[in-house]
Amino acid sequence: MIVDAQGKDYKEVDRIIRESKENIEVINPSGQRFIGAALQKRRVNVYGIAGNALGCYMDGGLIEVFGDAQDAVGDTMNDGRIIVHGSVGDALGYAMRGGALFVERNAGYRAGIHMKAYGEKSPVVVIGGRTGSFLGEYQAGGTIIVLGLERGDMPISGYFTGAGMYGGKIILRNPGEVLLRPECEMHKAEKEEIESVKESIGEWCSIFNRDENMVFDAEFYVVEPRKGAAPRQSYVPN
Amino acid sequence: MAIKSVIYPEFEVVRYDRCTRCGRCIKECANGVHFFSQDKKMVLSDDTKCVDCLRCIAFCPEHAIKIVKSGCTFRDNANWRPGIVSGIIKEANTGGVLLSSMGNPEPYPVYWDKILINASQVTNPSIDPLREPMETRVFLGKKPDKIERDEDGNLVDNLPPQMELSLPVMFSAMSYGSISYNAHSALAQAAEELGIFYNTGEGGLHEDFYKYGKNTIVQVASGRFGVWRGYLEGGAAIEIKMGQGAKPGIGGHLPGAKIVGDVSRTRMIPEGTDAVSPAPHHDIYSIEDLRQLVISLKEATGYKKPVIVKVASVHNISAIASGIARSGADIIAIDGFRGGTGAAPTAIRDNVGIPVELALASVDQRLRDEGIRNNVSLVVGGSIRNASDVVKAIALGADAVYIATAALIALGCHLCRNCQSGKCCWGIATQRPDLVERLNPEEGKERLVNLLSAWKGEIKEMMGGMGINSIEALRGNRLMLRGIGLTQKELDILGITHAGE
Repeated sequence: MIVDAQGKDYKEVDRIIRESKENIEVINPSGQRFIGAALQKRRVNVYGIAGNALGCYMDGGLIEVFGDAQDAVGDTMNDGRIIVHGSVGDALGYAMRGGALFVERNAGYRAGIHMKAYGEKSPVVVIGGRTGSFLGEYQAGGTIIVLGLERGDMPISGYFTGAGMYGGKIILRNPGEVLLRPECEMHKAEKEEIESVKESIGEWCSIFNRDENMVFDAEFYVVEPRKGAAPRQSYVPN
Repeated sequence: MAIKSVIYPEFEVVRYDRCTRCGRCIKECANGVHFFSQDKKMVLSDDTKCVDCLRCIAFCPEHAIKIVKSGCTFRDNANWRPGIVSGIIKEANTGGVLLSSMGNPEPYPVYWDKILINASQVTNPSIDPLREPMETRVFLGKKPDKIERDEDGNLVDNLPPQMELSLPVMFSAMSYGSISYNAHSALAQAAEELGIFYNTGEGGLHEDFYKYGKNTIVQVASGRFGVWRGYLEGGAAIEIKMGQGAKPGIGGHLPGAKIVGDVSRTRMIPEGTDAVSPAPHHDIYSIEDLRQLVISLKEATGYKKPVIVKVASVHNISAIASGIARSGADIIAIDGFRGGTGAAPTAIRDNVGIPVELALASVDQRLRDEGIRNNVSLVVGGSIRNASDVVKAIALGADAVYIATAALIALGCHLCRNCQSGKCCWGIATQRPDLVERLNPEEGKERLVNLLSAWKGEIKEMMGGMGINSIEALRGNRLMLRGIGLTQKELDILGITHAGE
């Protein structure tokens, strides 16, 4: 069903989505928040700009945004897929535990902050362009892939990449100089490491209609936490 | 020659001749204090390991053990007190930050002890709660501004979701990980039987305890551990933890060694990995951002559950609370600086934050002044010790209180303040199976039910004495309170007058 968000507040738009059992097409979203909160199955297409907390606590299903999305896309997401044909704001995939996020262009600050992996679940974030500072902050699991396409002279990520990172990995394509925090280290991707993200990058290419050969014809680097280097307070029992 | 600083053991184990060398104390002590000397054929003790948890005393069949405070200590000094000197020595020895647990033990004023409760004499007669109806039930949540009617004049139900409590006391957040499975089980069962709520803390909800959902508050903290759709739907209310009274402004770090088995499953992180709770929520920089998290939780649960925002009582608490009351939250929980913790840096536990009595009085007043008191219910914790503290808190303006330390004492805690060791001899603050099994959840539940049944009786007696038959009529009724030995400034903040006035 088509939900025209024009003139409706977020509560009304989200109630219709929540209570419907059908696939949804949201038109004129104009930055409405919380679209697809705790979505389980179904497909939600958003034509225009999705507001903050798109797909928060999502537990399955698919959200596809034909436009940009704002902050906290996929906050605490457990399962499902979010595709954004554009750029996203800050705190992409905050604490996500499962599922996948595909962003065509750039992400703001703190992309993939505190992502986790658990059991069978290992979340994947693929960002086509570049990111702001604090990429992968507190990352505890899962994989963040930044392709760095069409970024001109801009760095692939801002300051403090991997701040407080203690698990998971960040894959950077043709990164150039990266302003890494000392608790992380970066190495050139091994064959198996590239192999492990081939499917996700391939999926990104097919979603956004980019030449896979062009994307893979590049150097890939892996950022991982340096063992035992996570910032940690030392304590003495008192 | 090495520098050799002395920290003499704080406690000494005294063993009387009637010791039969049965070895019970050796078995009970998880700290390894007692041991059998083959040479001397007697039980001896290593006083350096004793934390004064009193477990051996409780179980010695001959009552042959006594723990005494050691008289051997630094020379008396009102400035360089023993704890300060030994803290310096420990830090100089190790370079580590001093780590403590449970609530602030320092001798700051306890305002509850400087407030007295009124009773009726002659006029407005007192009420006998055993023979006359007395209402202790409260509903927590946002209250509507006005009554709405439809076109036909019928009442429209515009009541936001509420939590119904049989008495104005709840068990506050303690995560599975900081306390044991059996401790959680006892709290959950007691909450169900009493018709109140317990709180998961930030460690997720164990699969066995989803059945207590209608008496469960599920917590969402900065680490988002164990948070997923089913968890949010599983509880009766959702609490956003912004801060904790024992350690305002700092995060937490549960080492990977403690993330094993069930704790790993419940937090939904792999075994052996650290669980870092960042100091801030990285998506919250303003009241508007807080509002976003509040509403996102409501969106995720269909606006069926109240959302609590828990903050530590800090200097600008009334302005903070005013913001929270406008954030869409239904309930504000304020945690005082004497609140407990499983582990916190000593410097923070003992020096950061303010007493909850002052915070409560100023928040209640501020929300009234701004005409938004009914936007939220107020819950206070951070060392509510007994029924009279509850009555004083309600009269100062709280809708209900949170208790945790008192509940743990009912479960066997003797306040040795050594939770961070993970070797709780009473089976509470530990994950060691042999220690956890010492706490029988059914017995624990009974004791919690006993405790709060007794408090309920006391609350009713005190209300009856004041001639008040409903807790609603006590809330914010500061005329029922008088201060004793307080300055005018303290009285002004508390909004009460001095005894005799």
